[in-house]
Amino acid sequence: MEWTHYLAPMLVGARVTMEITLASTLLGGVAAFLAGIGRAAGGPVVSRISIVYIEIFRGTSLLVQLFWLYYALPLVGPSFTPVQTGIVGLGLNIGAYGAEVVRGAILAVPRGQYEAAVALNLSRAHTLWRIVLPQAVIEMMPSLGNLVVQNLKDSALVSMIGLADLTFRAQAIRNLSLASTPVYTVALLLYFAMALVLMGLMRGLERWLRRRAALPRYASP
Amino acid sequence: MMYGFHWDLANSFAFALSILPILGIGLVVTIKATILGFIVALVVGLVLALLRRSRSRLVAWPTAALIEFIRDTPLLVQLYFLYFVLPNYGVVLPAFLTGTIALGIQYSAYTSEVYRAGLEAVARGQWEASAALNLSRARVYRDIVIPQAIPRIVPALGNYLVSMLKDTPLLATVTVVEMLNLAQTIGDRTFRYLVPLSLVGLIFLLLSLLCTYGIRRVEAAMPKTGIQMR
Repeated sequence: MEWTHYLAPMLVGARVTMEITLASTLLGGVAAFLAGIGRAAGGPVVSRISIVYIEIFRGTSLLVQLFWLYYALPLVGPSFTPVQTGIVGLGLNIGAYGAEVVRGAILAVPRGQYEAAVALNLSRAHTLWRIVLPQAVIEMMPSLGNLVVQNLKDSALVSMIGLADLTFRAQAIRNLSLASTPVYTVALLLYFAMALVLMGLMRGLERWLRRRAALPRYASP
Repeated sequence: MMYGFHWDLANSFAFALSILPILGIGLVVTIKATILGFIVALVVGLVLALLRRSRSRLVAWPTAALIEFIRDTPLLVQLYFLYFVLPNYGVVLPAFLTGTIALGIQYSAYTSEVYRAGLEAVARGQWEASAALNLSRARVYRDIVIPQAIPRIVPALGNYLVSMLKDTPLLATVTVVEMLNLAQTIGDRTFRYLVPLSLVGLIFLLLSLLCTYGIRRVEAAMPKTGIQMR
């Protein structure tokens, strides 16, 4: 069997996939919190901008978004390399889904918490940062974990704009060797392994957040 | 010119209007793929959900592992797998069929979880009461459990229908001529990518907003206590 033969070049692709996934997940996380908080707690202008962003990126197809950023945007604006396009496209896409998770978790914080914050005369920013988000973050962790795996899976689409990730390499190796079965089986198994690692990491992060929240906290000015 | 439709390059608006009928041909393929794929997802998902709930661990555990594997690997790679590997074993299907099967299988992992969650959400007391009344397993499912599970299942399935619609452009990678594929071809021939690609994005946005609205209506119309099966 020549299965191990294909593993080395595909591992290089798996590394690229992992890097793209991590970078776009970080970008998506920032976008998700900005848009999610903006929609749930922002003023009329901020919340409308957030809604437009969320609806556009959730309402259209990721592949269309990537093609648009890669082929259409350079005609009217800046052009990016495939790596930049991939990270920005994936990040903004997953960020829109994440924003709804963030919004849902913020709205799920019990009313009493807000009322108590008002009673204590805390500012809006202080309430959000110190009272609401610490509780909401723990609640959003399971959904965010799913989105991270979703993002890993979606990252396969960047192969369509010429980024040499795992899928791209699998396709290239298959075109040379015509060994479809081993190549795609190895690719699927590598994606599965990466998904399991990411799920484990997100569960660890959730446990850490829960432990941290359970510790006694001392009021800071 | 494509499919007998000439494009008008006078200005962006005229161009958009002139390629709309061409994209319409792709839209039909997109919608067909969505509906067929969804039917596959509903049926395969139900089979997976029932196997997953089997009392034998020898059946339930491998099914759970399979669902997890399908759910955690990219649709694009699954699509390539079916498209390039199946012919090695003598199964040669048209690209469109391979594409819809791949879509359906990926989403069957999700729908199986929807069915499972829907069935498990039916209160324990309902099962216990059925046992106390000595109803057969088939009757419990048909008259007690499924009618109560459906109002929970339908809206969740609707959400997956919308995501599936947005995943159909992937079929372009295995030579299925759908909307995105056509937009790309128009761009290749006219050197104008902005209008066709933006138009495809807009059509998807309208379609998914429309579907989401439809799902909300269905959700609102669902009786909360359950539906009558007979």
